[in-house]
Amino acid sequence: MSQLSIYIHWPFCEAKCPYCDFNSHVRKSINQEEWTKSYISSLKYWAQKFPKSKINSIFFGGGTPSLMSDRAINEILSTIYKHWSIPSDIEISLEANPTSSESKKFKSYSASGINRLSLGVQALNDKDLKKLGRLHTAKEARNAFDIASCNFNRVSFDLIYGRQYQTLKNWESELLDAIKMTMGHLSLYQLTIEDNTRFGQLFSKGKLRGLPEDVSSVEFFNLTQKVCEANDLHAYEISNHCKKGQECKHNLTYWRGKPFLGVGPGAHGRVDINKKRYMTEAPSNPELWLNQVQNSEFKNFKFEQISHTAHAEEYIMMSLRLKEGMNINHYTNLAKDELPNDKVKQLIIEKLITLENNILKTTKTGKLLTNYIIRQLLC
Amino acid sequence: MAKFENIRNFSIVAHIDHGKSTLADRLIQLTNTVASRDMKEQILDSMDIERERGITIKANTVRLNYISKSGSEYILNLIDTPGHVDFSYEVSRSMKAVEGSLLVVDASQGVEAQTLANVYTAIDADHEIITVLNKVDLPAADCDRVAEQIEDVIGIDATDAVKISAKTGIGVENVLEAIVNKLPCPSGDIERPLKALLVDSWYDAYLGVVVMVRVKDGRLKKGDKILMMQTGATFTIDKVAVLKPQMENIEFLGPGEIGVFTASIKQVRDTRVGDTITLDRDQCIEPLTGYKPSQPVVFCGLFPVDSSEFEVLRSSIEKLALNDASFSFEMETSAALGFGFRCGFLGLLHLEVIRDRIEREYSIELITTAPSVIYQIFKTDGSMLELHNPADMPDAVKIDHIKEPRIKATILVPDEFLGDVLKLCQDRRGIQNDLTYAGARAMVVYDLPLNEVVFDFHDRLKSVTKGYASFDYQITGYSADQLVKMQILVNDEPVDALSTMVHRARSEARGRVMCEKLKELIPQHMFKVPIQASIGGRIIARETISALRKDVTAKCYGGDMTRKRKLLDKQKAGKKRMRQFGRVEIPQEAFIKALKTNE
Repeated sequence: MSQLSIYIHWPFCEAKCPYCDFNSHVRKSINQEEWTKSYISSLKYWAQKFPKSKINSIFFGGGTPSLMSDRAINEILSTIYKHWSIPSDIEISLEANPTSSESKKFKSYSASGINRLSLGVQALNDKDLKKLGRLHTAKEARNAFDIASCNFNRVSFDLIYGRQYQTLKNWESELLDAIKMTMGHLSLYQLTIEDNTRFGQLFSKGKLRGLPEDVSSVEFFNLTQKVCEANDLHAYEISNHCKKGQECKHNLTYWRGKPFLGVGPGAHGRVDINKKRYMTEAPSNPELWLNQVQNSEFKNFKFEQISHTAHAEEYIMMSLRLKEGMNINHYTNLAKDELPNDKVKQLIIEKLITLENNILKTTKTGKLLTNYIIRQLLC
Repeated sequence: MAKFENIRNFSIVAHIDHGKSTLADRLIQLTNTVASRDMKEQILDSMDIERERGITIKANTVRLNYISKSGSEYILNLIDTPGHVDFSYEVSRSMKAVEGSLLVVDASQGVEAQTLANVYTAIDADHEIITVLNKVDLPAADCDRVAEQIEDVIGIDATDAVKISAKTGIGVENVLEAIVNKLPCPSGDIERPLKALLVDSWYDAYLGVVVMVRVKDGRLKKGDKILMMQTGATFTIDKVAVLKPQMENIEFLGPGEIGVFTASIKQVRDTRVGDTITLDRDQCIEPLTGYKPSQPVVFCGLFPVDSSEFEVLRSSIEKLALNDASFSFEMETSAALGFGFRCGFLGLLHLEVIRDRIEREYSIELITTAPSVIYQIFKTDGSMLELHNPADMPDAVKIDHIKEPRIKATILVPDEFLGDVLKLCQDRRGIQNDLTYAGARAMVVYDLPLNEVVFDFHDRLKSVTKGYASFDYQITGYSADQLVKMQILVNDEPVDALSTMVHRARSEARGRVMCEKLKELIPQHMFKVPIQASIGGRIIARETISALRKDVTAKCYGGDMTRKRKLLDKQKAGKKRMRQFGRVEIPQEAFIKALKTNE
């Protein structure tokens, strides 16, 4: 039986964070019932297309999916259980904001079947939380984490580092605090200034000051690796650290190039039909998506085959992010072509990658230059 | 053939956007020359580039039939001339083909620099000039002020100016009346041997080369064997026609008439603007005066972005050259850019037009190197070398002195920007010759080195004056100055395509700016990349691009795959546009952007 993962995108937030370029929107009121129905009919549409699959993982992402009613989560999961085969070790994650109103729902989420929570803590001091546009305080975040840890076996949280005027010393102590709290999984993202965000606008006008320069951003990254490693939290991916066995199964699906369904506004998917890879994409505007789903206009959603070259390129771009690396035989099978030997050799000489038993991995220096390596191999 | 007194030949002089093409359109419509269903805007501008830029590059002509208010029938020949300084020689020949000009001035804007040069060319050609004030329907129109300005600045009587709006059609009839009443009729002798002025020519895929002529004496008819007096070439006429503006065959062209002929001519190069055409058997005694072979003034290298397209570039350049005798080319090799061509142009507009046409009509992406002027290198052995390309500069010890071309630049600018304009000219080694006022606008005349103007002077002028200045120039001659060749070294290797000639006093500042620019333009590599500017082995400026240490995406999940792949596709395309130079990759746009100054 083929295996699939399901990503469910809830596109709404209470407020737009200044660093976020995700498909998230702020609305005064949302008719949860109407939205639930549309998620259910989308899932039914996919169940019809891919009926005989085993679901490895489900991930509620966003936006802020912890703004969904517990009833919505319940009905969506029931639909999935009804139409597909569900193994006992399925991982069902939900992203949540650590505010007091949201943490009240954790118990019922757990009852619905969510078994892994990912909290958007982002910082452990109020000054930085405010600068990052977050609506919670550090104290609230700690409380939310405590409530979560009572309700779920697995709780991860996100932190953003390389913030304005952050020093290496401050970050080190904050990270150590976080490690004290952790249940075995942390996502640690270096702040990236994206165009089309509030930070992006400020940055282009030179009004976002105190960000780490080239050299210190390398130091921030290396420090993060060092501290986590010393505390038994391994970097299984560029920004994800965990104790052995605590890896997020769902995200590994992406990084290992496995198929997944994308449900909800702007959600992307990758599916295989007759060994051919297809990409799917739903319209990103929430109201448009709702309208098209209500009218069963799934034919308007993007569903197109991608070339074997593109498939192979996606495999490299994703799998090189993993500590376990990529299998070059798998690449060759997908691409129907080999990686350029001279480039591989050059990268080995430059000590950016290693190649053993057909497994290509980035080195410690190479990890920081993953995009460069990808360009060298593919451009 | 019509009698001389029923023929009027004229051209229109105007600044860009002052309504020359619209007026021509109206005249064509009013005389019912073109059926209204066939009418389109800027009907005389046939090239896409002409329409898009609102400029005229090739001369064109149209014959209008007009019955005046007094009831006489007239033939009016309008020659539409290029307005730009690059084509000043072509303009002067067009002017020699007619007896009068309409000076069209926007009644809300007033006289512009470009108008001046062309109106003086018309005056030099002994034209009778009719002043036309256009756009009188605009609220900002001020006919009295502009008429006064015309009298002050140009020195011609504007009291009888015809006030029109070419857009709405107001007053255009009066222009036709003024043409027949005020312009002189042509003269000539039909019994004398053929003497005709070659005004312009162009290549037509079906007809071969079409030649536009003005007959002075004699007649030009089908079957005649003609002689081009300057080139000595002979051809037999296939077809004689007038343009309305479609070709309409006629039996012959007589004195005072303007028309076209074809004679199985394969290349435009065989037809020189300004040449005198006569009969091979019955030659006129003296050719017309004023002929000049065309001389390129500005040179630059054109290289294909994708080096495998060199042969395509060669054939497209050869084809374009068939249709443009004023453009020269020879093969060039550059260590940085590979194979390409060193091309000579009449000026910057001409350069841009040719480059656009190659990119557009032949779909070749080009790298254009910095435009350069012709330097006269006087060597210690007494010989003189014309330098078209700084890369070919002889060893400094063999050079006695260097001369560079200078221009007389005329700039008209609103008072409030005058300070900025003076500073710009001063910074470009200009010497002020004149500064006068015409109303709220100043007219400054500067003596400037052409090499300070060919690159981004016009852009800078537009930017410091918010587009309110107009600018024109004439080449005045050569003079000696302290010129040196500045080289740019990237990762310790000289990059030939970035070599430029600069004035010694400005070299350090220029070098610094170029190094700073290149630091932004060249991507980071895995190693440090030094960028240096040097003069004769002495380093005058230096920047360093630090080594790439971090390039990694923090967040990358399922929803990011498509976006990442699109980015990769873009990077692949960018890679094609890179030029490998030693171990360093230089993006092609760097070769031109590095030279732009933001002073």
